[in-house]
Amino acid sequence: MLMPDPDQGVISRKRELVMKLREIVPGEGVIADEDELRVYESDGLTAYKQPPLIAVLPETTEQVSQVLKFCHDEGIKVVPRGAGTSLSGGALPLADGIILGLGKFNRVLEIDYDNRCAVVQPGVTNLGITKAVEGEGFYYAPDPSSQIACTIGGNVAENSGGVHCLKYGLTTNNLLGLEMVLIDGTVLRIGGKHLDAEGYDLLGLMTGSEGLLGVVTEVTVRLLKKPETARALLLGFSSSESAGELVAAIIAAGIVPGGMEMMDRPAIHAAEDFVHAGYPLDVEALLIVELDGPKAEVDYLIETVSQLADEKGAVTKRVSESEEERMRFWAGRKAAFPAVGRISPDYYCMDGTIPRNQLPHVLRRMREMSEHYGLGVANVFHAGDGNLHPLILYDANKEGELQKAEDFGSDILRLCVEVGGVLTGEHGVGVEKRDLMPDMFSDIDLKQQQRVKCAFDPDALLNPGKVFPQLHRCAELGRMHISRGQLPFPELPRF
Amino acid sequence: MGDRFKPESVEQVAEVVSWAAAENTPLEILGRGSKAVLGRPIQTQYSLDLSALSGITLYEPDELVLSARAGTPMTEIEAALAEQNQYLAFEPLDYAPLLNGAARDDGPSGSLGGAVSCNLAGPRRIKSGAARDHFLGLKGVSGRGEIFQAGGRVVKNVTGYDLMKLHAGAYGTLSALTDITVKVLPAPEKTRSVLLFGLDDAQAVKAMTQAMGSSHEVSAAAHLPAGIAAGFDSGHFPDGPSSVTAIRVEGPGPSVTHRCAALRRELAGQADSEELHSHNSASLWCYIRDVMPFALSAEDIDGKPDAVWRISLPPAQGADYVARLKAALGDRAGLMRYYFDWSGGLIWLALPEQVEAGQEGAGQQSVRDALAATGGHATLVRASAALRSRIAVFQPLDLGIDALSSRVKKSFDPHGIMNPGRMYAGV
Repeated sequence: MLMPDPDQGVISRKRELVMKLREIVPGEGVIADEDELRVYESDGLTAYKQPPLIAVLPETTEQVSQVLKFCHDEGIKVVPRGAGTSLSGGALPLADGIILGLGKFNRVLEIDYDNRCAVVQPGVTNLGITKAVEGEGFYYAPDPSSQIACTIGGNVAENSGGVHCLKYGLTTNNLLGLEMVLIDGTVLRIGGKHLDAEGYDLLGLMTGSEGLLGVVTEVTVRLLKKPETARALLLGFSSSESAGELVAAIIAAGIVPGGMEMMDRPAIHAAEDFVHAGYPLDVEALLIVELDGPKAEVDYLIETVSQLADEKGAVTKRVSESEEERMRFWAGRKAAFPAVGRISPDYYCMDGTIPRNQLPHVLRRMREMSEHYGLGVANVFHAGDGNLHPLILYDANKEGELQKAEDFGSDILRLCVEVGGVLTGEHGVGVEKRDLMPDMFSDIDLKQQQRVKCAFDPDALLNPGKVFPQLHRCAELGRMHISRGQLPFPELPRF
Repeated sequence: MGDRFKPESVEQVAEVVSWAAAENTPLEILGRGSKAVLGRPIQTQYSLDLSALSGITLYEPDELVLSARAGTPMTEIEAALAEQNQYLAFEPLDYAPLLNGAARDDGPSGSLGGAVSCNLAGPRRIKSGAARDHFLGLKGVSGRGEIFQAGGRVVKNVTGYDLMKLHAGAYGTLSALTDITVKVLPAPEKTRSVLLFGLDDAQAVKAMTQAMGSSHEVSAAAHLPAGIAAGFDSGHFPDGPSSVTAIRVEGPGPSVTHRCAALRRELAGQADSEELHSHNSASLWCYIRDVMPFALSAEDIDGKPDAVWRISLPPAQGADYVARLKAALGDRAGLMRYYFDWSGGLIWLALPEQVEAGQEGAGQQSVRDALAATGGHATLVRASAALRSRIAVFQPLDLGIDALSSRVKKSFDPHGIMNPGRMYAGV
């Protein structure tokens, strides 16, 4: 993975920069010691490692603003970081850049039940928000599987999803407001407690922008009342096709389940060996369908889905009759990643999205690729929204296997795009999928996105080397070749 | 109106825009023209009419996705969805009755491109979001004359910036959209509304807040003061003047019955209640959604219709806001008509253009001033061109946001030729 060439001039100024940054963030908020910096050398994508030049851990928006302004004036690159759980290398440091850690922004500032929202600092964990409001029966809906550790600031940067987003939306559908700081130190407030922000939807643009546009210092999230009840069905199928048919039939019946997850045979076996959730081992696909809402509705829909499952030839069927049983159904799915980790020295987690009906085709092609590369693959699939997480099994200690796993992964993502899907559903492009962007977007598409970046960060100091395969200078992107011409198009209808 | 280009392909759109960029001449971007008077008045010699780019290009009900050319009439979209028992969950309002006095009987006016570009929403906004939340992918021509695309056809997608959000509600000031992909959803099997009678504004907002904070998955909550409620003939409202607070639940039959009963029980102490079933419930919510209480009438067209404001604010503060505005208007408060949607978070408000003696539009500024205490923003959605030129149609932005918005605009439209000034001067 090629990152922008480090600026040796900046690296040689480390002592001076540390001194000046300490004037802004006193004491232990500026980390310069190489051993201590190693903590920050990678995020959840551990294949890549690079300690930052300096780490800065501000505590106030004012400090963030001054640090960014300083970096802007001095031409220093900045990589923002929350909890560092990114699976795409979004928080991978640069040798000539600072890491701006938002971990000290960890307070819930306000809970407003009447307006069903909470104002929190970006370093609060995703689950921390729900913990703060569950006493009153509320929760924050998006639930990425790293929710114990990942921060809401990181969720905004990546537009995180989770297993419930078919019904409840992604991060972007659950935000009301932001406070953010631009690279030149300007502090902006977008939205608030009202439902739609005025002007351009900068809130929507910021969400999922992977730390390239600004640094979020406060987030206002929507809160929802906890559903009255939830029940799940655990369904086994002799083929992924018939499982897929049931998914389509559920949607066609007008039902939007709270969660709908599929696992393939290798994932089922790994999970069952690990947590003994009672999964059937003689099936090719396992489907967990969860219905949530008022009890009267859930009982009614469970019955409907159960009938559909019979029609579509489910070979095993269990319906949760208690909260413990429902949790047991989920236990295997939620432990799928570590479970795969037990059967293979290393695994590489991919994140493409496909039109749902392409699943059997994609799984078939993936099996062929698996043979070609000589590497195993296990699949978990957010069946409701088409988000696929293939886990490629490899051994980093074997010469060339990491490269093979990465090539295999790239082939899978290209396949996702080929069948009408996208490179990443919820993990972000980061450094990991950066070089695949031209498989999905034209040069014009990518340049237009980078022009938007220029509107926020004209010197490309925020998180450079991520998302875009090629860095263009903003001046070059702004240029336009114009040829003046005749009033156009005799062929065009005009009135 | 000057010359109108009506291209039939995205390539032709690109040709027109490239020419306009080279000539540095602005274009008014039009879909089907139903919202032409929404926004700041702009005058351009040329307009770009996208209505010939029409038709659904992909609709896969099982995949919950639909793509169509930007100029496709909303009637066509909604008919295709209805055939499969699906719908646009953001419940886009139809501005035509309010802005043009069009009757609602012929189905919705406008195009899909217009609905998305104005980020339309309806009463279900509080549960399911606005157009922005259902906008999955786009193709269009930037003000540079370049054809580009963003997003895709799947719900879960974080590949590149979310330019869909940026274009939703940009009123055509960035690009001319040519192709749009949206998420669609199964339509609910059943709809009912619980009605509460006789509550004042503050009591109504409190009741709606309680309903929204319950686990009954309320999909809409509105409050119509007596004068407004009187305009809707349901046969289910009490005789004599009474306010009506409406709370909607949707879903499978048994669930709706159960939740309606539970809501009536929980709100029982506060007012007399009644239930409105499918058909009547649907017409009430259309009345609320399409701002029918302030629809342009035949007399209005010849006379001087009231100015109409759309105010978005924290829902629980809706009644406080109205009380403040009434206090500010003093003895002229009686001239104001209003009602609440979004559980108090959306106020539709009509005021005579000339509230006070003095300069044209005097008194209108109170509408924005009263927001200082609650936060939120006010848009002047209907007014004479003179008033829309005098008073900022969209809430003025703070300086930092304004500067950033101008830079974002330039990143798509460096010459300022796409609907320039439709939202803000310089954007």
